[in-house]
Amino acid sequence: MSAADLPPGLPGGPEPVRPNYLNWSYTVRDWLLTIDHKRIAILYLVSISIMFALGGAAAAVIRAELTSPTGRMLESETYNKMFTMHGVIMVFFFLVPSIPATLGNFCLPLMVGAKDLAFPRLNLLSWYLYTIGGILALGAMIWGGVDTGWTFYTPYSSIYSNTNVAVTVVGIFIAGFSSIATGINFIVTVHKMRAPGLTWFRLPLFVWAHYATSVIIVLGTPVVAITLALVVTERLLHIGIFDPALGGDPILFQHMFWFYSHPAVYIMILPSMGVISEVISCFARKRVFGYEFVAFSSIAIAVFGFMVWGHHMFVTGQSLYSGMVFSALSFIVAVPSAIKVFNWTATIYKGQVWFTAPMLYALGFIGLFTIGGLTGLYCASLAVDVHINMTYFIVAHFHYVMVGGATLGYLAGLHFWWPKMTGRMYPEGWAKLAAGITFIGFNLTFFPQFIVGYLGMPRRYHFYPAEFQIWHILSTAGASVLAVGYSIPVIYLIWSLKYGALAGPNPWGAAGLEWQTPSPPPSHNFDTVPVVTWEAYNYEEDVDEQAEKGRESMPGVVGAIEEEQHRTHEH
Amino acid sequence: MEHTSQEHPEHNEAGSSHITPWTVYAIVFVVLLVLMGATVAASFIDLGPGNNILAMGIAIFKAALVVTFFMQVGGSSRLTKVWAALGFIWLAFLFGTLGDYLTRNWLKVLHPGW
Amino acid sequence: MSAEVAEEHGHGHAHHPLQCHQFEDMDQQNETYIVGMWSFLVTEIMFFGAMFLAYTIYRNENPAVFIQAGHLYLLKVPGGINTVILLTSSFTMAVGVYHAQKANRILQVVFLSLTVLCAFGFLGVKAVEWYTEIGLEHHLPGPGFQYKVTPEEMKEHLGTDTLPAAQASVPASKAQLFFCLYFAMTGLHAIHVIIGILIIGTLAIMVARRHPAAKYYMPIEMAGLYWHFVDIVWIFLFPLFYLIPKKG
Repeated sequence: MSAADLPPGLPGGPEPVRPNYLNWSYTVRDWLLTIDHKRIAILYLVSISIMFALGGAAAAVIRAELTSPTGRMLESETYNKMFTMHGVIMVFFFLVPSIPATLGNFCLPLMVGAKDLAFPRLNLLSWYLYTIGGILALGAMIWGGVDTGWTFYTPYSSIYSNTNVAVTVVGIFIAGFSSIATGINFIVTVHKMRAPGLTWFRLPLFVWAHYATSVIIVLGTPVVAITLALVVTERLLHIGIFDPALGGDPILFQHMFWFYSHPAVYIMILPSMGVISEVISCFARKRVFGYEFVAFSSIAIAVFGFMVWGHHMFVTGQSLYSGMVFSALSFIVAVPSAIKVFNWTATIYKGQVWFTAPMLYALGFIGLFTIGGLTGLYCASLAVDVHINMTYFIVAHFHYVMVGGATLGYLAGLHFWWPKMTGRMYPEGWAKLAAGITFIGFNLTFFPQFIVGYLGMPRRYHFYPAEFQIWHILSTAGASVLAVGYSIPVIYLIWSLKYGALAGPNPWGAAGLEWQTPSPPPSHNFDTVPVVTWEAYNYEEDVDEQAEKGRESMPGVVGAIEEEQHRTHEH
Repeated sequence: MEHTSQEHPEHNEAGSSHITPWTVYAIVFVVLLVLMGATVAASFIDLGPGNNILAMGIAIFKAALVVTFFMQVGGSSRLTKVWAALGFIWLAFLFGTLGDYLTRNWLKVLHPGW
Repeated sequence: MSAEVAEEHGHGHAHHPLQCHQFEDMDQQNETYIVGMWSFLVTEIMFFGAMFLAYTIYRNENPAVFIQAGHLYLLKVPGGINTVILLTSSFTMAVGVYHAQKANRILQVVFLSLTVLCAFGFLGVKAVEWYTEIGLEHHLPGPGFQYKVTPEEMKEHLGTDTLPAAQASVPASKAQLFFCLYFAMTGLHAIHVIIGILIIGTLAIMVARRHPAAKYYMPIEMAGLYWHFVDIVWIFLFPLFYLIPKKG
């Protein structure tokens, strides 16, 4: 055993590791009461991974049940509870917070050159709200269950369902405030805490994406909050406005619900698109083509995303003329996303492509998101939607954009910033393998769902005509492969924490201020305040040299900042 | 170690900039009360649809006074003004829901028998 | 903050004792807090706004219900008194913020306390109103809901004992919807008033007891923004519920 095998700090072993945000204290108190955005990101990473596993387990039960057309495994009510649990966890507790709360929390202050977010304690509160909301919702769904579907349509959810609707909804309500807190923090940080010289158009597109996401969060989440609160008051106090017997309109619930839940899907996809911009430019060694177009398209998606919610309600009895307007606007909202896809493609063209695992996930994203987005246009066409609404076609459409899109983006980002967050490289071979398996498993799972949906298989049913069985079996087989694809990174990422190769500050040679600080970063992020004089994605020059030229040095500041850090951790 | 105002007088006020005199608030308060009286008085008079418009118009004006003066948006940064406006503008998007309710009957009117 | 560190900054100004570590200077910190508070108020606008949407839709669809139930049972006197109380509290809060900015400790406490007093007054009037609505008139939606309008009541409140047919027959079920909206919206508003009392009351106590954090005026300004918002919600609730015209 050589000296290099010994842990650092022992006599004869390697030099002790320099202090960073992970190792300056190992106590539980300093983790649970941290106000460091990087630690909070790690806390979220753990919580969100647990939620993903639970939501995935519910999906496994669903897919297992659907292999048989006569529903042999589960009672109908149990099946309803399973898809409700899958939807609630995956939408509210995985997809909405995933990238913003983990990668956004970690990288945003670093990318703008700040010492922390604008409101660090609000950030910690956000994690606690998420955890409390998650425990409530999970508890309600596991002990007793909820069978309304994640959409909680009235009057079933408000009057007739006998399941734990109220507690689940309260959990979601609390998690909504967690989301709002993150959104407020990001908006204010991007406006007020950018490093000197960092103008809006020098920002990484990841930051633009998170800014747009945060605007959507702040404007949309309160509406679903009040809507769900009204469902709870109707259930518990009989003070409700959705009861048809009193002249209430259940469709009003749907309007109010989808007013948030449609922009919510943009909350889920925009951060992912931000990740893709970063990953593709780094691994094609080219600046993003049409930077301003991509930046403004994020804002356009945020704005137009609020005008299309009625496309979830074409067949509910909503006014036909209203439906026409929503349909037209839904076509328009596809345009900014298409602009992004064109720009990413143009970025890769004539670049020097490096097929690392994050790049593989990103390339997968572009293909799968395109399919998902295009099928969205089928759904947006009024006449087609009459036939495919509430079928597996819709299920396949949204899984293509949310799994093939958002989740692949999350995995790309996790791998891309893993060296920065942990100071370790993950094993590249295994990562590429996992990416390939995930891609194959995903397509095998969800492409048959387009077909079976088009053939007429309704969603949320576990009894179905026998002729659809072959497609369901293919889909379940794919789900098994997908599960393997998701499990492999869990193993090697945890493995890499101890045994992975040590990473330097910038193992990818990527542009962006987060790569100009050690891996893992010190608690105060930057030893010297960066002054930015270069454009984003300046891959034409040597990125590290550029940063060196722009650094402003202030003597004696390192000790002062660490002293301050100690002081702030005391209160 | 505390900084006292004698040592560093330029930091006494924690960065507070322009302070609105309280007399401005008093004037706005009186105006708000007068407007409230006007709204109540108008509600006793029958103006047909004008009642609703007048009541809402006065309410909007009162809200604008509170936002501009009491909440000091009138004297704050452009970003604050944008955010204050954006909230109310977004509410208009939400009221787009009315489009459904107002046009539901059109189908029966334009295409009887459908 | 040690003196050596203050000197080494080299820019000629040291960290203000109230400045948090992530900010470069107090101006940035103050502006950040204001923008952050307004972002939160935007969420509140959308939160209440959705209920105003529901109100608009139902009033549009059921004008007779709103006229009858609103006129007969939501009285202008308590509503008006509450409006005056809330406007006054907004004024005292604004003056309280003014004194916080001027660092006048005693006047801060006086005006913040007056604000809390007004808020309690508001809740008191509301309690009387609700006692009448719920306890005496049985208008709380649910199994105990009762709604019956006698010709004498109609004559007294609407000035006539003969109404257009549409207004004469308002089913109890639809009246219940009206009261659902009334209790939900004023209830949500009252919850916000209670939260306001807690926040402003706590700040007043902290200022009175010379708590070190109370040297900073910004939390009081932020509480003021919240309180003015609560006032604005009532400015809209008042005409919509208490001043419904007789002819819709």
